Amino acid sequence: MSQNKVPSALTIGIARGGLELKQFMRQRESVVFTLAFPIMLLGIFGSVFTNELTDGVTFSQYFVAGMIASGLVNTGFQQLAIMIPVERDFGTLKRLRGTPMPASSYFIGKVIVVFVTMLIQVLLLLIAGVLFFGVNLPTDPAKWFTFTWLILLGSAASTALGIAFSVIPKSGRGASAVVSPVVIVLQFFSGVFFVFTDLPGWMQQVAAIFPLKWMTQGMRSVFLPDSFAAREVAGNWETGRTFIIILAWLIAGLFISKRTFKWDDQR
Amino acid sequence: MSSVISVRGLEKSYGSTRAVAGIDITIETGEIFALLGPNGAGKTTTVEILEGFRMRDGGDVSVLGTDPAIKGEAGRKWRNRIGIVLQSTSDAGDLSVQETIAHFAKYYANPRDVDEVVAAVGLAEKSKELIRTLSGGQRRRLDVALGIIGSPELLFLDEPTTGFDPKARRAFWALIEDLQKTGTTILLTTHYLDEAEALADRVGVISQGRIIEISTPALLGGRATSLATVSWLSAVGPKSEKTDNPTALIGKLSADFPGEIPELTVKRASLEDIYLEMIGGEDESK
Repeated sequence: MSQNKVPSALTIGIARGGLELKQFMRQRESVVFTLAFPIMLLGIFGSVFTNELTDGVTFSQYFVAGMIASGLVNTGFQQLAIMIPVERDFGTLKRLRGTPMPASSYFIGKVIVVFVTMLIQVLLLLIAGVLFFGVNLPTDPAKWFTFTWLILLGSAASTALGIAFSVIPKSGRGASAVVSPVVIVLQFFSGVFFVFTDLPGWMQQVAAIFPLKWMTQGMRSVFLPDSFAAREVAGNWETGRTFIIILAWLIAGLFISKRTFKWDDQR
Repeated sequence: MSSVISVRGLEKSYGSTRAVAGIDITIETGEIFALLGPNGAGKTTTVEILEGFRMRDGGDVSVLGTDPAIKGEAGRKWRNRIGIVLQSTSDAGDLSVQETIAHFAKYYANPRDVDEVVAAVGLAEKSKELIRTLSGGQRRRLDVALGIIGSPELLFLDEPTTGFDPKARRAFWALIEDLQKTGTTILLTTHYLDEAEALADRVGVISQGRIIEISTPALLGGRATSLATVSWLSAVGPKSEKTDNPTALIGKLSADFPGEIPELTVKRASLEDIYLEMIGGEDESK
């Protein structure tokens, strides 16, 4: 018998990422819902609400920032919390568990899918925002720095939380019905569809517990003029606090995933 | 050469239910061993412990010289040497047969040639088709392809031919026999007794968490020495008689009839008859 070594976790993980992207692109539902739907929403909201919030800031600019933050949640949390229960239901996970593929490769594959789809979605939203909704791209390198750590950290937290949440749906078929409302309610509460400071106080307080509110606020700090910071709840962008809260959710998501992840639906 | 699978005093309970209540099995290299038993007898639990999917409560288990409860890098090395074909999987409909098998090949140290495996399971013509377009039987063949792509020394087959038409089953059996010829040890569970008889070198019958008997299909349950049933059409209608000496009975009948004995059959107990008798006790309790 030859003495070849079992391939490394990273090699297998990258192969899984490529395979899952291929599957993603072949599923019309996932392409439409994950990539095209946010653009459609942007088109609808941007056309309906054309008013200016303050001098030089239109609602559609405010909305684009929120949609980019939502993109982090859609491609990570929502995608994984729906996809993983389906894979568990179909026996995909159990079959993988019976091969020499290590668990880490499976998660590396998921991270690749989330990261690539997230980049595509953010890029599409930016292009649509600039072309049709008067979004000004920041020129200050500091803002691009904020943007970069926001999408990396936000996407990572969203991924970890999606894996953690994947134990909640009882079946693959019902997963979408359990996960999507959570995301939509969070979007309403977190100031994606409405101006956050116009929401009732209790709604703002609930939203402040969850990471989406901080991601949206962070994206506003990137895409809206600094003068707008005065209209935020705290009167400034709260960048430090945003970083800490999203990081805390990332750690919590990793911890819960590690403790609760299930490969099959048996005892 | 040591045994591929060695199980001593295996025990597993779910709450207060003893699913496996002290099982001993030894499976030798190159053997096809069929595990038979009614649903809920502890068959699946036993196999899943051997596959490393479940933890046992007690007993000693060695599979390819390793405890299947092993984890980490040693666990990967162990999994590299086994293949598992689970009961029903219905995933990845958006990939082609070839893509899926080629992908799984990347998990193993010494994978078999992808095209060769595709051909071995009879899917060469479907190689470029998406899995969602396959029939149930073709999907099952793909499952087997994924089970053998890593050139396993030991293959677990869980009810591999459920839902097959007779022709597909025969073709599938031929595939399993070919695998055995290459030296693969196979642990098969099935509800089809004819399948066990056609494939297995030995069968083990499990009931209520215990092994009732382990034997060859021909000898199980005293089958070789069981009574034969001779049936024929007599002047007053169909008759049948159980005897341990059918040749003598037929000789007697030949004398009674001028030519052919009408509708003569001699039937030995089938494996299924013997099996149903063995597990009969608990079926009545239902």
